[in-house]
Amino acid sequence: MAARTLSLTPPRRRLAADSRLALLLRSPVALLSALVLIFLLLVAIIGAPLLQDLANTQNLRLRFFRPFSLERGWAYVLGADALGRPMLAQLIVGARTSFLVAGATVALAATIGTTLGMVSGYIGGVVDAALMRISDIIVTVPSLLLALSVLFVLEPSILNLILVLAVARLPIYLRVSRAQTLEIRERVFVEASRALGKGTSSILWRDIRPLVVPTVMTVAMLEIASVMLAAAGLSFLGVGLQRPDVDWGTIVSEGREYLTRAWWATVFPGLAILVTALAANLLSNWMRASGDPLQAAAMGVTASREEAARP
Amino acid sequence: MLKFLSVRLTTSLIALTGVMVIVFFLARLTGSPASLYLPVDATDAMVEAFNRQNGLDKPLVSQFVDFVANALRLDFGQSIAQQRPAATAVLSAMPQTILLAAIAMGLTLLLAIPLGTFAALSPNSTLDRGITLFSLFTASIPDFWFALVCVLVFSVSLGLLPTSGQGGLSSWVLPVATVMLHPVGVITQVVRGAMLETLNAGYVQNARARGYSWRRLAFRHALRNAALPIITVAGDRAGGMVNGAVIVSAVFAWPGIGKVLVDAVYNRDFAVIQAGVFVVGIAVILLNILVDLVYAAADPRIRVS
Repeated sequence: MAARTLSLTPPRRRLAADSRLALLLRSPVALLSALVLIFLLLVAIIGAPLLQDLANTQNLRLRFFRPFSLERGWAYVLGADALGRPMLAQLIVGARTSFLVAGATVALAATIGTTLGMVSGYIGGVVDAALMRISDIIVTVPSLLLALSVLFVLEPSILNLILVLAVARLPIYLRVSRAQTLEIRERVFVEASRALGKGTSSILWRDIRPLVVPTVMTVAMLEIASVMLAAAGLSFLGVGLQRPDVDWGTIVSEGREYLTRAWWATVFPGLAILVTALAANLLSNWMRASGDPLQAAAMGVTASREEAARP
Repeated sequence: MLKFLSVRLTTSLIALTGVMVIVFFLARLTGSPASLYLPVDATDAMVEAFNRQNGLDKPLVSQFVDFVANALRLDFGQSIAQQRPAATAVLSAMPQTILLAAIAMGLTLLLAIPLGTFAALSPNSTLDRGITLFSLFTASIPDFWFALVCVLVFSVSLGLLPTSGQGGLSSWVLPVATVMLHPVGVITQVVRGAMLETLNAGYVQNARARGYSWRRLAFRHALRNAALPIITVAGDRAGGMVNGAVIVSAVFAWPGIGKVLVDAVYNRDFAVIQAGVFVVGIAVILLNILVDLVYAAADPRIRVS
């Protein structure tokens, strides 16, 4: 029981979250980014099921229908593609997939990477060495090439895309959480827990995890944008997703075939990626700047060296 | 330093070995090359002959043993698609890519160091915010899309630059810009962060109090001390330019390691995939060692530890 009072427990966290929200309201750029992301997310969740059928409706008479005209209704305001499918509806359906892939990849990589990182940092020894070598391997191979060959073997599907991207992103979380664990491990309250006979898993969960998670969350926010870019890149190369699954990268690669005839089929899906990634980057930049300075320092040391690992 | 380098080299080589093992089996999972290179109605005898000729008829394990034995002699076998040694196919493409990466990294640093420093000199000013926004913006653009839009604007509409291939100087502009896109943003941010920290250090404040100009202080003295994180990230980004090379090969049909590797994956050209990953892996390891050496040159204290 005594050990329990030594670990960080929720009451103070509530306060921190409130003041953070107040800070967000005072920063116009960060607030706008958050609103844009929420808006896009809502459009993707609500709009995609409604527009699914319309997005796949081919109408060869509307082939390369020009954008910025309301003649055919809102769905065609951004023009139509080579098969006469409305661009706006396609973008909304693609948004759902893009958000799903980015969100699931980051969640998966962050959960597994952080768990392994904490275990690696806390236990040390052979486990640590083995995990670090594995992470070296992932960082050494050009990630795009790795993803390319794995996805060439597996059938293109949303699940496979998420798995491949998650493996490529693991090292970042592994190293960030390991570095923090190494430092936290030596602190007095952890030593106290150990002296009181707490088990390893209990120390990891109750003492170390609460301090590692905020840093990982900030990294994860930063990763949303890069994972989204990476997934789009793979779909563009033709190994990410294929019809009937469609994400923004797939739409760009289809539009590319008609680049000179219908610029809108290439430009709009790319713009959608750009706006989303920019909003996520601005938000995570603000999170870092407004966050705990200690946390910022921890990230500065560890995050930079792994960033090139991005596909 | 020597001890540090040898430890570094050993762990890197272990990692590379792991990579090679994974790539060997992964490549073979993509299916048999026979179905790709022989006509659909090929007889069993033809397939068998093809496999025997390319050493694909043996059990997987003995193929792997052969591969390791040959790889130790730096022999990566014959490319099925190109009918020449795989190592030759890869090495002949390397100079293009290294030149592309070197030019792109040089220009990136030329752009990112002044931008990041000026941003750090007046934190939270309009200039700083502008530069931060610019760097986040470049990091948010999908590079393949940027390349396509550039083709649309500069090649199709304005007719200034060629759309693809490799010819004179003008054919380098768009590939270099595409490869630079993400590193510029990231390195500008790192320069800004490192410079902010250094400019707040006691010795800089002291020199400032003695009447040194900010600009002179920043570029002469502080930059040297802020160099370590910049070198680290620049080294990483240079290694990551292989990814950029893949995109460049896909959009501009640019000859280089990116094209060789992508073609090899699609053609199930196992020997070339293995040789390519090996060569790229060695290049990344050499780059890391170079980064460590530059580190030591930039900061004499590192030699002691």
